[in-house]
Amino acid sequence: MAEGAAGPGGAERYFTRWYKPDVKGRPCEDFCVLQHSNRICVITLAEAHPLLQSGKTIKNINYQISANCSRLQNKVSGKSKRGAQFLTELAPLCRISSSDGEEYTIYSCIRGRLIEVNENILSNPALLQEKPSTEGYIAVVLPKFEESKSVTQGLLTQKEYEEILMKRRSSAS
Amino acid sequence: MSPVAEKDRAVVQLLLDAGTCPRCVLRFCSVGSQLLYRHPQQDLLKDLQEFLKNSQEKEGPVCLEVADPPCKRLRLEHEEEGADELNHNGAIPQLPSAGNTGNTGNTGLDSSAGRVCNVCLGILQEFCEPDFVKKVCQKVNSADYQFTSFVFSVSLPPQLSVRERAAWLGVKQQMRNLGLPLAKDDIVQLKEAYKWIIHPQLAEELGVPADGKSLFEVSVVFAHPETDEECHFLATACPDCFKPAKNKQSVFTRMAVIKALERIKEEDFLKHFPCPPSSPKNLCDALEIQCNNGAVFVAGRYNKYSRNLPQTPWIIDGERKLESSVEELISEHLMAEFKADSFNFSSSGREDVDVRTLGNGRPFAMELVNPRRIHFSAEEMKRLQQAINDSSDKIQVRDLQLVTREAIGRMKEGEEEKTKTYSALIWTDKAIQREDIAFLDDIKELRLEQKTPLRVLHRRPLAVRCRLIHGMRSEYIDQHHFRLHLRTQAGTYIKEFVHGDFGRTKPNIGSLLNRTADILELDVESVDVDWPPSLAD
Ligand SMILES: [Zn+2]
Repeated sequence: MAEGAAGPGGAERYFTRWYKPDVKGRPCEDFCVLQHSNRICVITLAEAHPLLQSGKTIKNINYQISANCSRLQNKVSGKSKRGAQFLTELAPLCRISSSDGEEYTIYSCIRGRLIEVNENILSNPALLQEKPSTEGYIAVVLPKFEESKSVTQGLLTQKEYEEILMKRRSSAS
Repeated sequence: MSPVAEKDRAVVQLLLDAGTCPRCVLRFCSVGSQLLYRHPQQDLLKDLQEFLKNSQEKEGPVCLEVADPPCKRLRLEHEEEGADELNHNGAIPQLPSAGNTGNTGNTGLDSSAGRVCNVCLGILQEFCEPDFVKKVCQKVNSADYQFTSFVFSVSLPPQLSVRERAAWLGVKQQMRNLGLPLAKDDIVQLKEAYKWIIHPQLAEELGVPADGKSLFEVSVVFAHPETDEECHFLATACPDCFKPAKNKQSVFTRMAVIKALERIKEEDFLKHFPCPPSSPKNLCDALEIQCNNGAVFVAGRYNKYSRNLPQTPWIIDGERKLESSVEELISEHLMAEFKADSFNFSSSGREDVDVRTLGNGRPFAMELVNPRRIHFSAEEMKRLQQAINDSSDKIQVRDLQLVTREAIGRMKEGEEEKTKTYSALIWTDKAIQREDIAFLDDIKELRLEQKTPLRVLHRRPLAVRCRLIHGMRSEYIDQHHFRLHLRTQAGTYIKEFVHGDFGRTKPNIGSLLNRTADILELDVESVDVDWPPSLAD
């Protein structure tokens, strides 16, 4: 399996992990939201996501989510991050296709403003699979100040997510 | 010898009749002798009346007994006290009282000597008397300030400018009617005359000279509620001048009124305001008598030995996160010794709450606002430094000294250009041998691209910055730990250089070692800013 959270604390020591499983009813398409104590959120693939399972090869990552909207066009300026694209919970961030012909849409999972997308994974898609919860992140999103608590309300805690993974395993066996 | 010229006779007559005090009469006659204004006002009045009488004898009778109806009534009220006595000593028994916004009970009295001046509203009358000077000095002395000179500032109610204008127009009209040449508009300003009179008295009583450049300011705020509304007609005549502003209670500020008076046409002014202005019932109130000492600046260097101590108070949503801070540990002693109202702390950069600052420490400066005490010997500063150091083992201070405001700029100048040295304790996920990290020592001038770290991204703009690591030296500890000494350009984010911040700092220690790396401890070893000067122990 890919490398998980780092050792004694990791870059993630100030982050709380939240999960959204089976997004849009698609089994195991789980995402993880790492929320910093300063309310900044990093969107990543959760470990059970089909793209992270052995045998998958990533063919293409596309931040152009519709004919007239590309996440690569997102530009923010100033302390207040003017000009950011606004994201709702089910706003697509990018589409990733694998060599087996499948295509997966990655969703924001939280409401907020798009601060940056990870361009490193475009030139090095392997990062996504090798380090999904650090260097292979998808995007950085900043929730509104007054929504910084409520944006994660519909999400699962790490413990709740682990229970779901257990259930999946037991029903599979 | 008369203080005023013969040509001013009509002006003197007009003003005295209207209830103008003798000092204001001198002002309108452009008398520039400071000494003359310091004469007792009843003597000045006598001189002026004498002057009129002499002219009268020469040029025929002028009615000196023109009294306004309100004055007649007041005269009756005071008959019991004896009009004669009042005429002779001219003193008004009641004193203006500071801090009293209400009617202080001062009323106009018999004859021009006792009436409240219709132009200065008493500023050049009772507020020049020794009793008021004493009151100001008592206030100053009780505040216990150290000072070697003083500057006296006065805030006058804005309607005084309106009355001044009205009196001037009255004078102009009179001269025109008499076909006399009109002197240029060079009358002596009220504030100026007031200072001529009161400065020597304050200097005498306080025992130090008046000095326009003094950092010790004694200020008096005068108000005159009875006539506050006299400015209001200007708002209709000149609405542009009276725009509501934040932090101003009233739109009728002194500056706005002066601006409006410059704009309003003479005939419009005369339509709305009596000329000469009417006699008021009450004197001004001295609303506030305040002292302020110019800020004093103290600088030094501090070490921080705790990983649980923020540089400044750490408060989130009104809730304190940690009990103290570097700023508080230093400022509480300085505030107590300088007896200041407040302080402003600044430093050459800052460290995170969990970062120690070792070596020679970090330059800092503290502005002490309105200090009571300002003189400290080198010996006293040393004792003060010792007191700070004895009171906490979380911080230490050195090179504590008094500095100028200008010198503090040098601390900030150095901030961006200078190098900083750090020491970091680093953990790696995969085992390391000595030889795995040795190559770090050979890397020179390593160029980083750092995106604004996620931990500060909520309050800083997103940007990519280039920073240089000038050099590194590693110390192997065990298979998962080593210490790294770094010399970097100011502004480099060290924590992110170690763990990589989701790959947002490139390269980083993790990418250089091909491992996951994390930072366990960080110390600032030196801040290379050569200010403030170091002091011998
Ligand atoms: Zn006067």
